[in-house]
Amino acid sequence: MPTFTINGMTASVPDGTMILEAARQIGIEIPHYCYHPKLSIAGNCRMCLVEVEKFPKLQISCNTVVTEGMVVRTDTEKVRKAVTGVLELMLIHHPIDCPICDQAGECGLQNYYMKFGLHKSRYALEEKVHKKKVQDIGGQIVLDAERCILCSRCVRFLREVTGTCEMEFFSRSDHSEISIFPGRPLNNNYTGNLADICPVGALTNKDFRFKCRVWFLKSADSICPGCANGCNVMADFKGDILYRFRPRRNDAVNRTWLCDAGRLEYKKANDYRLLTPVIREAGQAIAAAWDAALFTTALRLREAIEAHGPESVAVIASPQSSNEELFLVRKLAAEVVRTPYLGFSSLTPGRRLEDDFLIKADKNPNSQGARLLGITEEGFVRTVKAISEGRIRALLVFGSGLADFSDGETVALLSRVPFVAQVATNEGALSRAAHAVLPSASFAERGGTFTNFAGRVQRFQPGFPPRGKAKNDIEVIAGLANQLGAGWKFAGEESVFRALAETARPFSGMSYESIGDLGREARDGGPPSGGR
Amino acid sequence: METVLTTHFADERYRHVDTYVQYGGYSALRKAFSCPKERIVEEVRKANLRGRGGAGFPAGVKWGFLPKDLSRPRILVINADEGEPGTFKDRQIMSRGPHLLIEGIAIASYAMTIHSTYIYIRGEFVREAKIMEEAVAEAYAKGFLGKNILGSGFHLDVYVHRGAGAYICGEETSLINSLEGKRGWPRIKPPFPASVGAFGLPTIVNNVETIADVPWIVNNGGEKFASLGVEKNGGTRLIGVSGPVNRPGVYELSAGVLLREVIYTHAGGLKDGKQLKAVIPGGSSTPVLRPDEIDVTFDIESMGKIGTMPGSGGVIVIPEGACMVRALSVLMNFYAHESCGQCTPCREGTGWLAKIVGRIENGQGREGDIELILDVCDNMMGRTICPLADAAVMPAQSFIWKFREEFDRHIADKKCPFGNKF
Ligand SMILES: Cc1cc2nc3c(=O)[nH]c(=O)nc-3n(C[C@H](O)[C@H](O)[C@H](O)COP(=O)(O)O)c2cc1C
Ligand code: SF4
Ligand code: SF4
Ligand code: SF4
Repeated sequence: MPTFTINGMTASVPDGTMILEAARQIGIEIPHYCYHPKLSIAGNCRMCLVEVEKFPKLQISCNTVVTEGMVVRTDTEKVRKAVTGVLELMLIHHPIDCPICDQAGECGLQNYYMKFGLHKSRYALEEKVHKKKVQDIGGQIVLDAERCILCSRCVRFLREVTGTCEMEFFSRSDHSEISIFPGRPLNNNYTGNLADICPVGALTNKDFRFKCRVWFLKSADSICPGCANGCNVMADFKGDILYRFRPRRNDAVNRTWLCDAGRLEYKKANDYRLLTPVIREAGQAIAAAWDAALFTTALRLREAIEAHGPESVAVIASPQSSNEELFLVRKLAAEVVRTPYLGFSSLTPGRRLEDDFLIKADKNPNSQGARLLGITEEGFVRTVKAISEGRIRALLVFGSGLADFSDGETVALLSRVPFVAQVATNEGALSRAAHAVLPSASFAERGGTFTNFAGRVQRFQPGFPPRGKAKNDIEVIAGLANQLGAGWKFAGEESVFRALAETARPFSGMSYESIGDLGREARDGGPPSGGR
Repeated sequence: METVLTTHFADERYRHVDTYVQYGGYSALRKAFSCPKERIVEEVRKANLRGRGGAGFPAGVKWGFLPKDLSRPRILVINADEGEPGTFKDRQIMSRGPHLLIEGIAIASYAMTIHSTYIYIRGEFVREAKIMEEAVAEAYAKGFLGKNILGSGFHLDVYVHRGAGAYICGEETSLINSLEGKRGWPRIKPPFPASVGAFGLPTIVNNVETIADVPWIVNNGGEKFASLGVEKNGGTRLIGVSGPVNRPGVYELSAGVLLREVIYTHAGGLKDGKQLKAVIPGGSSTPVLRPDEIDVTFDIESMGKIGTMPGSGGVIVIPEGACMVRALSVLMNFYAHESCGQCTPCREGTGWLAKIVGRIENGQGREGDIELILDVCDNMMGRTICPLADAAVMPAQSFIWKFREEFDRHIADKKCPFGNKF
C-alpha cells in the first residue's frame, strides 16, 4: 500500500495502482480518452499527462504506477498547457459538427474543451483532413471516421472483449483512420458497446441516432429484462418513453458491457402495450374500469372454486415478474385460492442464443427468483396437462406469453378454459384470447428486485409512473387477493420485500438497503456464478 | 588510423565467407567460445561501445538488462532498418562485410545465451537483404551458425526479415511489432523489451554497426576498442557524409574526429569551393549546426554540450545558397508522412508543422507563424510514446533558432528569397 501525494493531498492505494486510478479514488479527475478501466492500456491519447517529482518529462498517469513517497501534481501550469495543447491537436481536424452529432451533450471533446480548452482555433478550415462520414459498419453501429480521435478503444474492445477484431487503424499520420476491413462488417453480439466506449461521436448507435438530444433524457437504474444474466443498465427516458439502455458498471455481473439484444429490450416498455383493463364477454372486448375488471376476475375465480373446488383454478406465474410480485402470486395461489396448480416456464419462443460471456439461454430476468420462491417449472407442466385435460375452469396467467408456445398453441390451449384472466404488459395471442386483461406496469414504471441466474438479487428502479391505466402488479395481485377476502396490507414493493425476506429463506436478512446499487447474492443462490 | 570494420571493404570478395575467414574472420567467435560469457559482456562494457542506432545507449549495459533467469528463451534483434534520412552506413556493412555482422551476432547471442536472432532489414534494401541471406546461408554451411557451432555445443538460428518500408519500424518496439506481423506501432514502456519484447520474450535490439563491432572487441579487448575513441565513446564510427561535398560517402573515423575534419578533410570539402551554410550532424532528427559550431568532436557528450548529437552518424552538408526553409519543409514532410499516427501530438503535430513550414516556403506564411511553429513544437516535445515527435521537433526548433532571419524574410517578402517554387 504505497502512500503518495497528489496536489498536496496524501493517500494510500493498493500496490500496482496507476496514478490515474489512484487520483480518481480520491476525487481528482485526470482527463483521458484512451484509458478505459476494462481495456488494456494504450497510452496514446496523451491527455492524462501529469507532473511527477524526479521525472524530467510529464508522465502519462494511466501507465505510471504509484510508488511510495511519489509526489504528483495535476494542477501546474506545465500540465495545464500540455493538456490544452493535446486537446488543440486533437481538434484541429475535427469536423465539430456538434449540432448534428448524437454525442453532443455527452461528448469527451465537448466536455474537456469546456474544462481544459476554451482556446481559439489556430488551424485554417481549408487545411482540415477529411475522412469518410456516415458509414454503416454493421451491428448496431454507424462510423463517422472524421469525428474519431483515434483513441483505439474500439480496436481494443474488439480484440480483448469479443475477440473478433473487426476494426483496425488504416493509413498513417494525420490520415490515420479507423475502419473495418473491406466487406467484413462487425460480427459479434456486443457491437452496441462500441458506441458507449467511443468517447466522441465517431461510433454512434443506429437505434438511437437522431432520436433525442441526450440532455432531455432522465435515467433510472435498472436491470435488463432480456435474459437471466441480469446486466445492470441505465434506462434513459423522456416523459414516459424509453430511448435507450446503457450499461451500468457492475464488475460482478456485466462489468461495463451489454449485449446487442439486451440493448434493444427497452422497446418492450414502449411498444404494443396493454394500457386499459379489458373484459371479453361473448367474444366482445370491452374496456373496463379497474374496479369492474378486478371484481369480475375475482368473481369468476370464486365461482370456479365454489363450483369445482380450488384445484379447478390454476395460476401461471411469470419469470418476468419481480421477486416481490412472485412472492405475492405464490401467496395468492397457496393461501387464498389454495390451488396446487401453480408454475412458471423459463422457456420463450424463438432462438435462445447463449454464449460464455453475458448472454444466457434463459431469456427471463427472474427465473431463479421464481425457483427460490418455490414456484416450479414442473408446476407449469402439470398445469398445462390439467388444462389440456379440461380440468381447469379458471386460469390466472401472468406475463405476455406462455412458455415457448406459438400463437396457435396458446389459443388452442386456452380454448379449454372457460375463464382466463391475464396480467401483462404487452399485447399478444394471450391478450387477444383472455377474458379479462389486466394491464400491468413495465419494468420502467415499477420497482422491485430480480434474482439472476447466479442467485444475485438486484434492484431495478422505476423511471416514471405507469402509462395509461396500467397498474403496478403488486396492486393488481393484492387487489385480487383482497376481493377474495384476503385482507392484505402492503404499501409498495419495499414492504412486500420485507415480508418476503422474513419468510423466504434464501432472502433472509436482506433489505433494499443491503442489496444496494450492485445487488447481493441470495443464500443458496443456485448455481455458482458462471459468467465471466 | 586503425579501423574496426572497413579494413577489407575494398575487397569485393570480403562479403563471402571464405575470404572473410582468410582475413581472420570468425576467429573472434572461436575465442569467444573459450571465454566465460560474463567476460564477453564485461569486455563490451569496457569498450564503451555506444549504440550506433541513434540513441547511443551503452551496449554492455543494455545486455545486462536481460533477466537473470534463463527459463524463458530470449531474442536478439538486429536493427537493420536504417531509415534515418542522411544515414547509409549499415548498408555498407551488410553489402561489403555481412560476416562481420553475423560473427557479431553469434558472439553476442552466445554471451547472452540467445538461440534466435532476427535481422530486421529495411524493405528498400533488396540487394542488401539478398547479400545478407546468402551470407547467412554460407555461415550455416560452414558451421558458424546452426547446431553445435564450431563444436561448442552452442546453437543459434538467424532469420533475415524484410520490413515493408516504414521509417517508424526502425524504432525498436515498433520493429518488434512489425516482426510479429502486427502494425508497426511503437509500444508504451514499461515494459521494456529486455523484459517483454519480441513474441513476449526478453529481447535485445541492437543496431547493425553496434553488433558488427563486437568481433573486434573480442579479438583486441575492450580497452583497446575504447582507446580508439574518446572518453565514454569507444571505438570508431561509420560516418556517412552527404550533400554537395567533393567526396560523399561513408568514412570510418574515431569518435574523437572533429566534425570540421569530417567535412573538409575526409569528404573533401564543399563542391565548387562553396561556403558551408549549415550541417546536420547525425541524421535528419539531430539539431542543425551553424558553420561556427563545427569544431566539435563526434562524440555524444561534446555534441550534447552544443545541443545536438552524433545520432546515427549521418552528416548532411547544406551549402550557401540553399534555402533553410525549403530544407526544413522537406524534413517536415518526411515526419508528417512517417508518424505512425498513434499519439495525438505526433499524429496531428507533424502534419501541422509540415503545413506551416510549407506555406512559409510558398510565400504564404502569416504573421505569427514562427511563434506558432515553436508553440506546436513545445506541445509535441517529450509528450509521445516514441521519440519520433521529438525527432521532428528538434530540426524544426533548431532551424528556426539558428536561421530565423530566413523564415522572417519568407514571410515578409511573401516569397522564397532563393527563388524556390513548389
Ligand atoms: C523513429 C525512430 C527510428 C529509428 N530508426 C532506427 C533505425 O533505422 N536503425 C536503428 O538501428 N535504430 C533506429 N532507431 C533507434 C532504435 O529505437 C534503437 O534505439 C536502436 O536500434 C538500438 O540499437 P543500439 O543501441 O545498438 O543503437 C530509431 C528510433 C526512432 C525513434
Ligand atoms: S464528437 Fe463531440 S465535438 Fe465532435 S461533433 Fe460530435 S459532439 Fe461535437
Ligand atoms: S472510433 Fe471512437 S473508440 Fe474508436 S478510435 Fe475512434 S474515437 Fe476511439
Ligand atoms: S511519437 Fe509518433 S511515431 Fe511515435 S508512437 Fe507516437 S505517433 Fe507513433
